[in-house]
Amino acid sequence: MSEKITGAEALIKSLIAEGVDRVFGYPGGAIMPVYDRLYDYTDQLKHILVRHEQGATHAAQGYARVSGRTGVVIVTSGPAATNTITGLSDALMDSTPMVVITGQVASAFLGSDAFQETDVVGITQPITKWAYQIRRPEDIAWAVARAFYIANSGRPGPVVLDFAKDAQNGLVEWSHEKCNFIRSYIPYPEVNRDDVAKVAEMINKAERPLILSGHGVMISGAENELAALAEKADIPVAATLLGLSTMPSAHPLYKGMLGMHGNIGPNVNTNRCDLLIAIGMRFDDRVTGDTSKYARQAQIVHIDIDSTEFDKNIKTHATIHGDAREVLTQLLPLVKEAKHTEWLKTFDECDAVEKERVIKREVFPEEGLMLMGEVAHKVSAATDDKAVLVTDVGQNQMFSSRYFRYSLPKSIITSGGLGTMGFGLPAAIGAKMGAPERTVCFFTGDGGLQMTLQELGTIMEYGTAVKIILLNNNFLGNVRQWQEMFFNARFSQTPMINPDFVQIASAYGIKAENVESREQLDGAIERMLAHDGAYLLNVSIEATDKIFPMTPPGAGVDEILITPDEKYQLS
Amino acid sequence: MEKQLYTVTVFSENQVGLLNQISIIFTRRCLNIESLSVSPSSIEGVHKFTITCYSDRVMMEKVVQQIEKRIDVLKSFLYTDEEIVYQEVALYKVPTERLLDETQLEVIIRRHNARILEITREYTVIEKTGHSDETEALFEELKHYDIRQFVRSGRVAVTKSPVEYVDLFIEQQNRRKDIAE
Repeated sequence: MSEKITGAEALIKSLIAEGVDRVFGYPGGAIMPVYDRLYDYTDQLKHILVRHEQGATHAAQGYARVSGRTGVVIVTSGPAATNTITGLSDALMDSTPMVVITGQVASAFLGSDAFQETDVVGITQPITKWAYQIRRPEDIAWAVARAFYIANSGRPGPVVLDFAKDAQNGLVEWSHEKCNFIRSYIPYPEVNRDDVAKVAEMINKAERPLILSGHGVMISGAENELAALAEKADIPVAATLLGLSTMPSAHPLYKGMLGMHGNIGPNVNTNRCDLLIAIGMRFDDRVTGDTSKYARQAQIVHIDIDSTEFDKNIKTHATIHGDAREVLTQLLPLVKEAKHTEWLKTFDECDAVEKERVIKREVFPEEGLMLMGEVAHKVSAATDDKAVLVTDVGQNQMFSSRYFRYSLPKSIITSGGLGTMGFGLPAAIGAKMGAPERTVCFFTGDGGLQMTLQELGTIMEYGTAVKIILLNNNFLGNVRQWQEMFFNARFSQTPMINPDFVQIASAYGIKAENVESREQLDGAIERMLAHDGAYLLNVSIEATDKIFPMTPPGAGVDEILITPDEKYQLS
Repeated sequence: MEKQLYTVTVFSENQVGLLNQISIIFTRRCLNIESLSVSPSSIEGVHKFTITCYSDRVMMEKVVQQIEKRIDVLKSFLYTDEEIVYQEVALYKVPTERLLDETQLEVIIRRHNARILEITREYTVIEKTGHSDETEALFEELKHYDIRQFVRSGRVAVTKSPVEYVDLFIEQQNRRKDIAE
């Protein structure tokens, strides 16, 4: 008989057995037994003390997305648990493996409105892959193993373990139980050979094929297989926001980003291709625009590990249910070598217009205040296009993701589905911790930065070398753009009176400088990247800067504005 | 798209909170559950939910997929009335003295194939099994006798298909389990 240990210690041993060496968290009453045991395990399990529980979840997300490992969060009950809701919802939308452990009142008090009691499982069931309440110490080994298996298999997602205080204190004989099978759960479906053969034939017959590469390609690590397929059959590739960096920006077959503010070529050609091959993406409305006008001329193939995505938003002609890497590996030998030279040229025509009408004025302006696009372009170039880009949400997100260039996989971390302002700063901390060898550049706005600003304290405490580029226009810029374009320029509650961000950063011991004119920009970027540690650039941005191209809400994917009042015309 | 009554069956592991996980899938899409019944199934440790809902096929197919996506759900199926044999039970509580005045009582009971479960001096409980239009018909007739309580169960159903898909699924998963271990 092995020695009995407390449930709290069993949790910690289970986490270590799952390969966890870092958790993001915040202590409190109902989780104190766990924190007490943690005190003896800090050599094996590093705890990052965030400044707000929401920050813990986003940091875990950043960590998970840059490394592919499951992000782990430990918080107490009640308000701490409810503070994790935004991160859980974000992680579900963006398929991020995360295990959140919440303290809970002792099981005898459940349902009595005890101090800091809240119905965590009830609240989180709609926004998690699995939520479970541990009421007995005997269930810990099983529940933790199951949680990690569920979170990081198949289509990844967040899991909640709500841990009653008496189960933390109770004694149990613990031994690790590995979970690699759940009867009611098939994370990796067997790929149907007939489906693969059918799609291969469709690809072989296609004259104007187009691949849409999504987050699923990144999650399954199918970047090489994607490139091999595209090269063999000479198929252009476009990426969703979360699929950026699944193909290097410099690859000749990479044709840019999809979506509302994506590149003209892939958006317009979505409605000119004869075969659309969507891989690991979910036809989000920001990608499709008006679905009734979306790729009506094309045969649509959808490859995804989650079959509930098939025909959810866009009706398909063929599907392959399975892991992207496995599917692409099976497809490759069946696909014939081909050339689509004429078709590929049509992207160049779009690119030329975009370069002349949009990119030139955004990236190479000659006068006035700085623009977001030029800053992103310069930072990317200064990192040799090798940095991890973390963004907040809004114009800063669209400009930086558009004008960054990607040469390595897993190089973008952004809140795509949920669009969570305040995501960026903690996510950047987690990303730097998950990939310490890489430069992490965090682009944010003055609005989003202030939503989770307190995490500067986390940067200070752990010396996390995040490069913060604050695109400061003293406006909630994206809303301002919509107000200007669609609400008669009535700037309702979008101008912001801001603090002195350099002083704030300095108070946290973070090097910072104001960049007020174009002449200062190159030098400031150089100093930021050369500095061994965190750095903040407060960049003064022209408030009227607007993100284009733009598919306005309700329009078709090829109805693209290149200025507020000029549509892109097919030549 | 045309709306009609669909029957959804769900086979799940016996875990706390499954009902909530399933019902919020309907709530989120603004779908009203018409009837619901939950009980252990013929397979040990497996629970069966039978849910009816008015909607169109495209919506209901998505609902069934979302239900099946829940980790502890084994299988979920969608049926129209033609594909299943289904039944409900209704109970009617009527004052006994009103019934005693009625000369046609025997005829009513016989015609509706109902039966009397209990008779006291104060009240009588009549039971009727059938489809909702049948239990409704008896309700309409008994209305004249001052029904004090009326309750109708959720639908229960079995499929007409000769193939037992849940059994096949569990067999297949048992083989996978052997491979995984």
